[in-house]
Amino acid sequence: MRIAFTSTGKAWDSIIDSRFGRTEFIVIYNEKTQKLEVIDNSAIKSEAHGAGTATAQKMYELKPDVLITGNGPGETAARALKNLNMKIYVDAHNLTLEQAYEKYKNGALKQI
Amino acid sequence: MIKKRSLKIAIASGKGGTGKTLLSTNLAAFLSERESTLLVDLDVEEPNDLLFIKGNKVHAEEQYKMIPQWNESKCTLCGECTKNCKYHAIVQMGNFIAVFKELCHSCYACSELCPTGALPMQPHKMGETTEYTSSNLNFIESRLIVGEEQAVPLIHKTHKLVNEKFTNTKFQIFDCPPGTSCPVVAATENADFVILVTEPTPFGLHDLKLAVETMRKLEKRFGVVINRFGIGNNDVENYCQKEQIDIITKIPFDNEVAKYYSNGDLVYNKVDSMRNSLNEILDFLKNNFTTKSFKGFKSSEITTELNKCK
Repeated sequence: MRIAFTSTGKAWDSIIDSRFGRTEFIVIYNEKTQKLEVIDNSAIKSEAHGAGTATAQKMYELKPDVLITGNGPGETAARALKNLNMKIYVDAHNLTLEQAYEKYKNGALKQI
Repeated sequence: MIKKRSLKIAIASGKGGTGKTLLSTNLAAFLSERESTLLVDLDVEEPNDLLFIKGNKVHAEEQYKMIPQWNESKCTLCGECTKNCKYHAIVQMGNFIAVFKELCHSCYACSELCPTGALPMQPHKMGETTEYTSSNLNFIESRLIVGEEQAVPLIHKTHKLVNEKFTNTKFQIFDCPPGTSCPVVAATENADFVILVTEPTPFGLHDLKLAVETMRKLEKRFGVVINRFGIGNNDVENYCQKEQIDIITKIPFDNEVAKYYSNGDLVYNKVDSMRNSLNEILDFLKNNFTTKSFKGFKSSEITTELNKCK
């Protein structure tokens, strides 16, 4: 399984970025190889419009199995993600990626 | 030959609830007692001038904007469209191209750059313009459909309608949306003059500053009307003085105004202070825009005036 996190940093102890569209980084943890893949999403800052769909487009390219985030994608982004076979878990605010991952493993994160 | 043209006045504010609609409707009705006047409600997300203007509906028109529609059989999934859309309104979902019309700005980039012509532009209904008339006053209400997210395309369409059908009106009053973002820029873009309505409160001042900054950036000629004068403090006046901004008139705070207004009535023919303020606005316009009592406006005169304010 490849698990994507919206993240404020590049490391396993970085804090979850509660935003989906405007997340600073997308960090993907590969459970098989136990390695992290980091995608810099910070260029989104300069985009006035369509951050949600732009990041959703990235998800189609990355194709993770699971997404763990904070607030959850907005309505438009959620519609854009619908066709992607990816489970979305939310409410991981203020957690490190590691803590969020543990919570997800324990079934304590909310799925939307 | 001197080409007659309309004097276009935009009523904007920055802060909401300062009295744009109050001033727009009363000023338009007041001016229409003298010269042919057009009132245009460009607050398309929540137009409400109609509450105060009792006219006969003469025409209604559906308004459309152009958005691309995916033609699956022509598409090669090359990705050019998603790469070129500045607004991220097109998402390639695997082998499916989705157009998010609420994000689309009708720029045609995807459609023009698609190598196989798989994204033809199609009309999409976004709103409606309705025309009313009562004696010397024409009125256009521009209304966005609930759920449509973009005011700008409809505002542009409404300007176009005005310029096609109402060139003979002497005064054109544009009731603008609040704020200082794209819809306000679009609503004021054709105006010869912008009246910024504010109130003498810290909130009023804060947002007036934003509105002034916007108008200066747009190189618009503008002046300030202080509504609800008498409440709050003197900071708005001091600010205007310091920035050398004309205070065209001050409309006194008056319970009577609020009473009539909340009944959907025009106020200027019932409350003297309101009529006085409108007279002051008319005098200001006369002094600044023409000589011979509005017999016609020369474009060159307005241009000269506009250049002065830069």
